[in-house]
Amino acid sequence: MLQLKQITKVFNEGTLDEKVALKHIELSLQPGDFVTIIGSNGAGKSTLMNIISGRLAPDTGEVVIDGKDVTTMSEHERARYIGRVFQDPMAGTAPNMTIEENLAIAYNRTEKRTLRFGVTKKRREFFKETLATLQLGLENRLHAKVGLLSGGERQALSLLMATFTKPHVLLLDEHTAALDPARAQLITDLTKQIVEQYRLTTLMVTHNMEQAVQLGNRLIMMDGGQIIFEASGEEKKKLTVEALLQEFQRIRGSQFASDRTVLV
Amino acid sequence: MITALFSSVEAGLLYALMALGVYISFRILDFPDLTVDGSFVTGAAVASVLIVAGVNPFIASLAALGAGFLAGCMTGLLHTKGKINPLLSGILMMIALYSINLRIMDKPNVPLLQQETVMTMVTAQFQRVDAALAMIVPFAPKTWAVIVFGTLLVVIAKVVMDLFLKTEVGLALRAVGDNKKMIASFSGNTDRLTIIGLGLSNALVAFSGALIAQYSGFSDIGMGIGMIVIGLASVIIGEALFGAKTIVRATLAVILGAIVYRIVITLALRVQFLETGDVKLITAFIVILALVVPQMVAARAEKQRKARKRGAAVASTQADYESV
Repeated sequence: MLQLKQITKVFNEGTLDEKVALKHIELSLQPGDFVTIIGSNGAGKSTLMNIISGRLAPDTGEVVIDGKDVTTMSEHERARYIGRVFQDPMAGTAPNMTIEENLAIAYNRTEKRTLRFGVTKKRREFFKETLATLQLGLENRLHAKVGLLSGGERQALSLLMATFTKPHVLLLDEHTAALDPARAQLITDLTKQIVEQYRLTTLMVTHNMEQAVQLGNRLIMMDGGQIIFEASGEEKKKLTVEALLQEFQRIRGSQFASDRTVLV
Repeated sequence: MITALFSSVEAGLLYALMALGVYISFRILDFPDLTVDGSFVTGAAVASVLIVAGVNPFIASLAALGAGFLAGCMTGLLHTKGKINPLLSGILMMIALYSINLRIMDKPNVPLLQQETVMTMVTAQFQRVDAALAMIVPFAPKTWAVIVFGTLLVVIAKVVMDLFLKTEVGLALRAVGDNKKMIASFSGNTDRLTIIGLGLSNALVAFSGALIAQYSGFSDIGMGIGMIVIGLASVIIGEALFGAKTIVRATLAVILGAIVYRIVITLALRVQFLETGDVKLITAFIVILALVVPQMVAARAEKQRKARKRGAAVASTQADYESV
């Protein structure tokens, strides 16, 4: 479904501030895979997301979605295949437009926009039904401006808007990080429910190890622009936060050790 | 006095089309587009030159609309493809259009007094109606043609715009001004939408310029100076007086704002102490008032609300003391 081949990205190349953000990333997602990505700040998680979504272009390597090489495709063209939810709850919706208008915009993600009305009677019914699955009562507020919603409601709406058109790939970029614990839990639950319902191929970046362990069928740990640990299937199911931390220490530690041998 | 007010409503209606254009760039796209000062004259110039050359004035006015669209698209290209900041793109286009407009007109002023224009044609159609109304209404103006024709055009422009902004493309256009990141993530081509939006905005502006030229009987290279501020004044006055909760309401507010602006200027110029040359100063003053007064009103209301709450809180604590 999604393939990353030998992705490398360097920022400010040739200057003092040069930073290798990604080093030869290889990753392949099968249809229905739900991969959680963890890693410390600067590990390259966000860069990876931006390269997949087309905000950034890789220096070398290819991004393949559904067998199609999309590496040179612009962000908005690629958006036909990709659903995205951002960390900032304000980023995924248009605040001065109504809930139904926002949904209509999201509904058009996969097709060319025309001069037909964005919100039709038929679509409104569909929007209502879909909103009802969130169980937040938003289906009764179709004409409310999105800017009036709370952060949690906005993020739930963003999640719905990114997913209800069944994207080939769903990218979640720390989408619960800016919410209070209760709201974050709500969004986490909704994420699980929606991804299962539509069987979406999903890539989720998170800072929350607990969440990374709970969700998905695969887990990836990144550090220094590389994938340093990967678990899937049974191994992933058995994974605990504790074990994950130990694994991180072990890999980091061994790296220190090898560094030392080189230095000595 | 009544005649003066009447003609300010006439002009207000024709300028309202320009104000709707400014509304598209300023409010819908959130793009402070200064092209307007140039594209308004472009519209006037194209229409005048074509009319003098014998082209049907209606077709000449539509050609002006097309020219404005192109000018707006150029500004959009400068900003999106040339990555030039919005204000500067507009200013560059405005200054470039000054020379282009001179080229189109071939001289700084094209008179239309002896020509057949949209206005003379419509007025001719209205002769009988005017004659009939002159007998009934005591203060009847020379003709009702411009008012009726202007209202018709403005209503059409408003309805088409309201409908367009509800289409799939229209929603995407509004999202560009509201949240660029969001619309890009939903496969909206923000560059193309910005270009189209600025094109439509300046098309309306140029069309308004064409009509104003025919209304006042000439086009002049300097007639666009300060036009953007007049457009903004109309938008801001309209929104302040009539509200802008929905698109339908906002477009109506902008139109009424344009008319109110004209009336205010007409009234202001009747003050002995003010001269015609003061119009721009008055305009700036009106815009500043329309921007500052609502803020002051809101701040005052907020202060009173807080004072009330504080009063209530004090009262309830006193009640607590007493009950103890």
